[in-house]
Amino acid sequence: MAATQTQQVVEIGYGGNERLMMNMGPQHPSSHGVFRMILTLEGETVVGVDAVIGYLHRCHEKLGESLTYVQYPSIASKTDYVAAMTAELAYVSAVEKIAKVEVPRRAQYLRVIVAELQRIASHCLWLGTWCLDMGGALGGGATVFLYCIREREMVLDRFEELTGARLLYGFHQTGGTRYDVPPGWDKKVRETVDFIERRLDEYESMLEGNTFFRVRTQGVGVISREVAETVGVSGPLIRGSGVGYDVRRAEPYSSYGDFDFVVPVETAGDCYARYRVRMVEFRQSIRIIRQALDGLPEGPISSRPGVKSVAQVRVPKGEGYTRIEGARGEIGCYIVSDGGPKPYRLKWRGASFSNLAVLPYIVPGHKVADVVAIMGSVDPVFGEVDR
Amino acid sequence: MAWHAIEAFIVLNVLLGLVAYVTLLERKFAARMQSRIGPYYVGRPHGWLQPIADALKLMMKEDIVPATSDRAVYNLAPIVFLVPCLLIFATLPFAPTLGVADLNIGVLFFLAVSSLEIVGLFMGGWGSNNKYALLSAMRAVNQIISYDLPFIFAALVPVVLAGSMQMSSIVAAQQGLWFVAYPLIGQLAFLAFVVATLAAENRVPFDILEAESELVAGFRVEYSGMKFALIQLGEYAHMLGTSFLGALLFLGGWLGPGPAALGPLWLLLKAMVIFLLVTWVRWSFVRIRVDHILAISWKLLMPATLVLLLAAGFVVATRGAGGG
Repeated sequence: MAATQTQQVVEIGYGGNERLMMNMGPQHPSSHGVFRMILTLEGETVVGVDAVIGYLHRCHEKLGESLTYVQYPSIASKTDYVAAMTAELAYVSAVEKIAKVEVPRRAQYLRVIVAELQRIASHCLWLGTWCLDMGGALGGGATVFLYCIREREMVLDRFEELTGARLLYGFHQTGGTRYDVPPGWDKKVRETVDFIERRLDEYESMLEGNTFFRVRTQGVGVISREVAETVGVSGPLIRGSGVGYDVRRAEPYSSYGDFDFVVPVETAGDCYARYRVRMVEFRQSIRIIRQALDGLPEGPISSRPGVKSVAQVRVPKGEGYTRIEGARGEIGCYIVSDGGPKPYRLKWRGASFSNLAVLPYIVPGHKVADVVAIMGSVDPVFGEVDR
Repeated sequence: MAWHAIEAFIVLNVLLGLVAYVTLLERKFAARMQSRIGPYYVGRPHGWLQPIADALKLMMKEDIVPATSDRAVYNLAPIVFLVPCLLIFATLPFAPTLGVADLNIGVLFFLAVSSLEIVGLFMGGWGSNNKYALLSAMRAVNQIISYDLPFIFAALVPVVLAGSMQMSSIVAAQQGLWFVAYPLIGQLAFLAFVVATLAAENRVPFDILEAESELVAGFRVEYSGMKFALIQLGEYAHMLGTSFLGALLFLGGWLGPGPAALGPLWLLLKAMVIFLLVTWVRWSFVRIRVDHILAISWKLLMPATLVLLLAAGFVVATRGAGGG
């Protein structure tokens, strides 16, 4: 890593010769978890960045190999704890792929609803923390953060009514979902998304009308289309760089093909473009949720009968890889089964991990203050990076 | 002489109490903006004992001096920072005859002394021997020197209009028309004054010295306990002092309806209006970057305030009265 790092150092023609090494993290107000960036500074300008990850490593893949197919979905949510629903979905989809389990349509629609609600909740947190990074915990950033948390709270309340949990849900299971919607839940969800949609207008007018916000984000952290494709970023990052790639569209899963939505694409590749992409995604998620609630079919929520023992579900020998569009990008789950009740091997492709790899390409040459703005716009969750 | 000492003692203590409660005001105001409640439980109603609880907490905290710090500089910095911030109140009159010293160069004294805080600030950043603190101190020197000039020029506009540097005569000159209502020049100067105030006090969006998301807490990252409290106190005292200065220079000071005895109250009210204006800006903007901050100062604020000052001089010259 160090060797590639040296190559990334941008010579900026600075007259002085003293470089300052500064640690940002692992314990730092804007490290979004535990992430250590070793910055090389010339004055205020960053000329090199080295990233150290692994502070949150919990042997997640090994854990997946030692827990059964019944147990692990609720643990899978801990990879990306900010968007727990989608991580679970990736795991159970992979299992279903190997076992060739048919998922009832009602369960598929429910999966879409929770995945999109989760995307809204996750983007709320992203917007709040990103503004917190740029505006400061003792400034306008905190105001946006608290507004966003208020909205995220509403979505979490809906999840609580659905599953009883607020952060890590255990909603999905192989063959369907574990819970059906409680009475009146769909009405509450509609009210929630209506409310959030109105609030989005407020955020946009508060942020986009603000010159300081535009100055801080436009032209900062530009990921060119080439870099985006080479590094393999996904999600809002690649869509902000002019590539209209979205797994929901490219390879529809869980009946995403039934819904009408737009994949937002911006070409600028800067922080502002990524912000715009996510703001449109908010609205598209709301649109999908409304369609799914309208067309929610009746029927069973799972094709799998209840189990008496956690080891009862066995998956035939084989391997399967599924990818889904999480809030931060493409989440992949690769499972090798040897026919037993547990996977023989489990591999996660974390969206944040791949997105984070773009940092050395875009950070050098920027000011220290831009580093936090760029970090925030990449929106990593370190549970997913380190796993 | 003795009377002056007593007066100074009273002003200082009232001031410290005021500073404590200004923090509560700001916290409540910010809470309203963010749809929160703010301090509530420490002293009903509305947490009126919170500032006292905060002060007690800070006093009881352990005083940590980093092993690698420059001890003398590190320990001295909070005091060097605090003293100018309190000293600026020496020339602020609270009513025509109420105040420690209504110097005939009151405005100059204020501007000169308030610029001194940078020394303490840099000492803190340097003495801490911490990279965040050092970067912050470097930013501080950059920023405060850049913004002191527009701040001074903006504050000089009322001085030119009134033809005096004595605070009480500046207020007296506003008997007919507050300077903020002075056509065009007054409003623009007030605007420039508020912007420069934000920067000179390191408030969001100009709080790059503190910048907790980048530099953790900037120059005071290593300070704890009472030393931290002193720095905080100095910052709020400076802010309060500048608000009072703005009220005196632009908003007609103690002038207002009702008997003259209400003067100090009017002044306090006007100062609080400026303070809340600054607070309002603070809680609604994102921080701007250091290069933009300098660009705003040198490319926009400096020429603008200079032109304003010249315009004010031109107005006074053509008016042919009150010119100094």
